[in-house]
Amino acid sequence: MMNRVMNRKIVEGAVYWLMRGTTYFIVLVVAYIVIDIVYHGLPVISWEFLSGHPRRSGAEGGILPAIVGTLCLVLGTIVAALPLGIASAVYLSEYAQQGRFTRTVRSAIVTLAGVPSIVFGLFGLGLFVLFFRFGASILAGSLTLACMILPTIIVASEEALRTVPQSLREGSLALGATKWETIRKNVLPYSIPGMLTGAILGIGRAAGETAPILLTVAAFYLPRLPNSVFDQVMALPYHLYVLATQHPEADKVRPMQYGTALVLLVLVLGVSLMAIILRNRFRKRCRW
Amino acid sequence: MAKNLAWKEKAIKLLLRGAASTSILIVLLIFVFLGKEAAPFAAEPGIGELFSTRWMPVSFQKESFGIGPLVSGSLLVTGLATLIAVPFGVCAAVYIAEVATPWEREILKPLIELLAGIPSVVLGFFGLIVLAPLVKQVFGLPSGLTALTGALLLALMAIPTVISISEDAIRSVPASYKSASLALGASRLQTVWKVTVPAALSGIIAAVMLGMGRVIGETMAVMMVTGNAAVITASPLDSVRTMTATIAAEMGEVPFGSDHYRALFCVGIVLLISTFTLNMVAQRVLKRYRIG
Repeated sequence: MMNRVMNRKIVEGAVYWLMRGTTYFIVLVVAYIVIDIVYHGLPVISWEFLSGHPRRSGAEGGILPAIVGTLCLVLGTIVAALPLGIASAVYLSEYAQQGRFTRTVRSAIVTLAGVPSIVFGLFGLGLFVLFFRFGASILAGSLTLACMILPTIIVASEEALRTVPQSLREGSLALGATKWETIRKNVLPYSIPGMLTGAILGIGRAAGETAPILLTVAAFYLPRLPNSVFDQVMALPYHLYVLATQHPEADKVRPMQYGTALVLLVLVLGVSLMAIILRNRFRKRCRW
Repeated sequence: MAKNLAWKEKAIKLLLRGAASTSILIVLLIFVFLGKEAAPFAAEPGIGELFSTRWMPVSFQKESFGIGPLVSGSLLVTGLATLIAVPFGVCAAVYIAEVATPWEREILKPLIELLAGIPSVVLGFFGLIVLAPLVKQVFGLPSGLTALTGALLLALMAIPTVISISEDAIRSVPASYKSASLALGASRLQTVWKVTVPAALSGIIAAVMLGMGRVIGETMAVMMVTGNAAVITASPLDSVRTMTATIAAEMGEVPFGSDHYRALFCVGIVLLISTFTLNMVAQRVLKRYRIG
């Protein structure tokens, strides 16, 4: 009897350690990837790298056009997706009643969230580049990315709206305010941090995606800055892809690849980290 | 005055409703425009062409657009990635939900979210530089660009999805189930594996399916590390080419309106339908389990 209890304890301990090991293994792999890129990328980062134009098809010089291109795309994406996403979320959380329309909207959002990024690329190519004749341009790329991150923004904004207690709405309505006045003055101000989180998560995704911009905006090699929204631009993720796989001397430009990867990683993880911190602080502060 | 106000309220509601319906519009437009660009293919080379077993879009004699190799490539990579991601993801989810101390959870969760945030092209780059040479060395292959390399990277991408949704499912198992099991003399471990996990099983299955949806649609990482040979194979150590990689790699070079261009849109439709089905089924499973 004693023996069996002892045995069971040993087995339990072993299984616990196995589970712990598995979990920490995943974390270690993540850490390894990040550290590998930081370790090899950091020596490449210099003022010249960040502010210079690429030379010899990216083998030398800097990555400024790619950084500017990505920033333009992200800005365009947010300008298009944020108002639309917040308005959708306000409708879903404040106005929508159970019914066919609401159900359809919800399943459309879920569907949209599951569409592969390359399919968004095909869609953007068909609709924005060809049908609307925007050509391969910042406009076409931003709109494509906006469609892609719309679900992220809607879901985060809705969650933010839901954390505002019902009593705040009822108080305002009881004082004679209309529904919209209530939302504008008593609901939206309290949910802004949560909505920002959604926006930042969306930015992170838009900045890191390659497949949709591949077909709608990204230039292989274009060492100048864009003048208008109808220009093609280089973008960080696509530049990394080109350097790593398409460059004739891919092995020799390794430092440039690592440098680009690091800048992209810092940009994307930096904004994601900001979103996580903001969300945690918001959650703590908002225990009503 | 009051009339004016009521009118304004109505207008705003209508406006917001309009904004909400854009999601529906976008989904419809995706189907319409993919269909529009692909449709002429059905008339000219014919749908049957897609079922041949060779993908040879550029050829001096006769092009053939059989998507068989691409579908099998996607299936092989997705299947392998799922096989790798499920044990890791489920173990980690159980650990984080049931075993980890609160502060441990506070650290582990953001780190795993971090993994979800790494851009796929960066993972692909890491795979190309670090993972592929490793696979090449371990298995003594001429090239490290194989289905297995792709699957390893994709597993890494699916793991955060699997963990976060499984963890939600595990946490929402009623505490009374666990108390009952413990009261009957089962140990904590027995309770976890024989009561909690089975109770959360449908949520875990949905998590795995959503992870698969992510994997099958993933483009850049796969394109960079699987070698892109359009052949039908079942060996993880062969080079394969997935549907996503085919579209991304070839779309840049095809003339607009050519058969090849249309064929790539057909591939896109197949891809869209498969992820759409996976997601729908997963949502159904999730919903059923939430009520039950």
